[in-house]
Amino acid sequence: MGSPVPAGEGSPGASVATNTSPGLKAPTRRGTELVMLSFAAGLVTLALILVELNQERSLSLRILYLGLAYLGLFACAHLAVRRWAPYADPAILPCVALLNGLGLVVIHRIDLALEGTVFLDGSTWDPVAFKQVIWTGIGLLMFAATLKFLPDHRMLARFGYTFGLVGLVALLLPGVLPGFIAPTINGAKIWLRIGPLSLQPGEFAKILLMVFFAAFLVSKRDLFTVAGRRFLGMDLPRARDLGPLFAAWGVTVAVMVLQKDLGSSLLFFGIVLVLLYIATERAAWVVLGLGLFAGGAVIAWKLFTHVQQRVANWQDPIARYDVIGGGYQISQSLFGLATGGIGGAGLGAGRPEMIPEANTDFITAVIGEELGFVGFAALLLVYMVFALRGLRGAISVRDSFGKLLGGGLAFAVCFQVFIVVGGVTKLIPMTGITAPFLSYGGSSLLANYILVALLLRISAAARAPQRIAKPKPQQPAIADQHTVMVERPK
Amino acid sequence: MQLTRAGFLVLLWLFVLAALRVVRSDLYAASGLRASGLPGFRRSEKSARGSKAPRQLVVTHGALTGTRISLDGRPILIGRADDSTLVLDDDFASTRHARLSMRGTDWYVEDLGSTNGTYLDRAKVTAPLRVPLGTPIRIGKTVIELRS
Repeated sequence: MGSPVPAGEGSPGASVATNTSPGLKAPTRRGTELVMLSFAAGLVTLALILVELNQERSLSLRILYLGLAYLGLFACAHLAVRRWAPYADPAILPCVALLNGLGLVVIHRIDLALEGTVFLDGSTWDPVAFKQVIWTGIGLLMFAATLKFLPDHRMLARFGYTFGLVGLVALLLPGVLPGFIAPTINGAKIWLRIGPLSLQPGEFAKILLMVFFAAFLVSKRDLFTVAGRRFLGMDLPRARDLGPLFAAWGVTVAVMVLQKDLGSSLLFFGIVLVLLYIATERAAWVVLGLGLFAGGAVIAWKLFTHVQQRVANWQDPIARYDVIGGGYQISQSLFGLATGGIGGAGLGAGRPEMIPEANTDFITAVIGEELGFVGFAALLLVYMVFALRGLRGAISVRDSFGKLLGGGLAFAVCFQVFIVVGGVTKLIPMTGITAPFLSYGGSSLLANYILVALLLRISAAARAPQRIAKPKPQQPAIADQHTVMVERPK
Repeated sequence: MQLTRAGFLVLLWLFVLAALRVVRSDLYAASGLRASGLPGFRRSEKSARGSKAPRQLVVTHGALTGTRISLDGRPILIGRADDSTLVLDDDFASTRHARLSMRGTDWYVEDLGSTNGTYLDRAKVTAPLRVPLGTPIRIGKTVIELRS
């Protein structure tokens, strides 16, 4: 095991246990993955060159080195996959590499635009692209570590309740801690500050709670499919089985009230509903859940001013352009998207400095401006391919826990993209959530790389050739066995 | 400048198309059906053989309803054990519940000493029994059948 396993061969353990003939050996398709990764790295390097050209900065060999370093980073991730999950899906990692790389280029581009800006409080812009590169490195380390230390995703099911408890604590912790550890940044209380590091525990809680819910639903699935009363052509669940749904709803409302974080609460509740739906295949759960969420949202809108603000900004951002906490952000983002039009302004030729929070929540608006509708649509398709492959792995894996977890993880990324892009394009109220892999933010990147590792692990389990178990030697039934006299020990 | 702008977008779309090509070529490999499982291939294969040999196992009732396993001549183990071919998540199934195996051109089902028994149609399986096409085999709450 000293060197990475070459293409077309399984890990030694798998090849011993299978007795397929050599001609029937399932392809690992790692070569395809490497080619696609190189393509992604080439695109990212080209994007960087375009940015530097359009910003009229001197081009040097340094850019090529950066591109090569980027390829090297992902080549390491690729080797980790070869070694520890040789049958993993070949399309997932290249999609992630492209998204992360384009995110880095755009963050660097926003750094260039804001260079030398002096803010109202006298501070100057602090470039963040380099920090994000370091976070990417740490993220890929976590990715490799997850693959190494989790040889089988079913191991997670054993710690379901522990994960659930830790996830719940992590989710709610910033909301209840005092302000000096958990400061309120941009109106949301979702950060933990430990020394110089700021963490967003909610990002990790997302994965932990998904593991918990998948394990919980697998062990208690029969309970949720017990039919109750029939109503409007749907089998409603019994009232006593609604407990978990109400619990999830309560947590969602707590997040909304304590942390003022609408995006996370929406994401969390959506994940719970989809897992319930995948487990039971019954639309009644979704209808009930959406009803509960709608009710909660209306009550929150009546009670809390920050929710009212978001809704008013969504209904008419331009009318509230000058109001403090008004529609300025969304208006600027819409102006940016309009400037981009069909073909975009070109990378590095837009005006991203006009949009506040351009490198986190509104990064998709910057991409929409510089790459236009055509480029933005391509980017959404890359997300789609990612989610598609995740769901494919979930469908073909053979254990129920893997199916639920894989489906939940793939859906979570999709739904997060929907929430943030929907907010930026004024389809739904803006809720302030990161775009997976694109936005600046260490916690989000780390959590999403762990998520990718889990998806690869599940797809590897689904695609690996099935092991043929040797039938146990049949023992005669206990009644047929002859009795043996045993001496009583003295 | 316009050229580079359009060029980048073209390359971006080429990436998407390449990714979709990978997905397409992978579609059948990952679903448990091999390349011979493609509808077009299967028809020609069937007409060449001219027989109605079972080609797949389908779960018709229970939690795994809709699951298909293509039959390639290797025996199929059914039970709650992780290494079974069909892993049941069913309180009424045993760890190693039943085995389907091929002898000649026919498939036989045998019970591996399960607690609640295996039923072929209505009959309890005590010795290996030949499984005709489309006959339900009941294992706990799960029902499977062979299809061509």
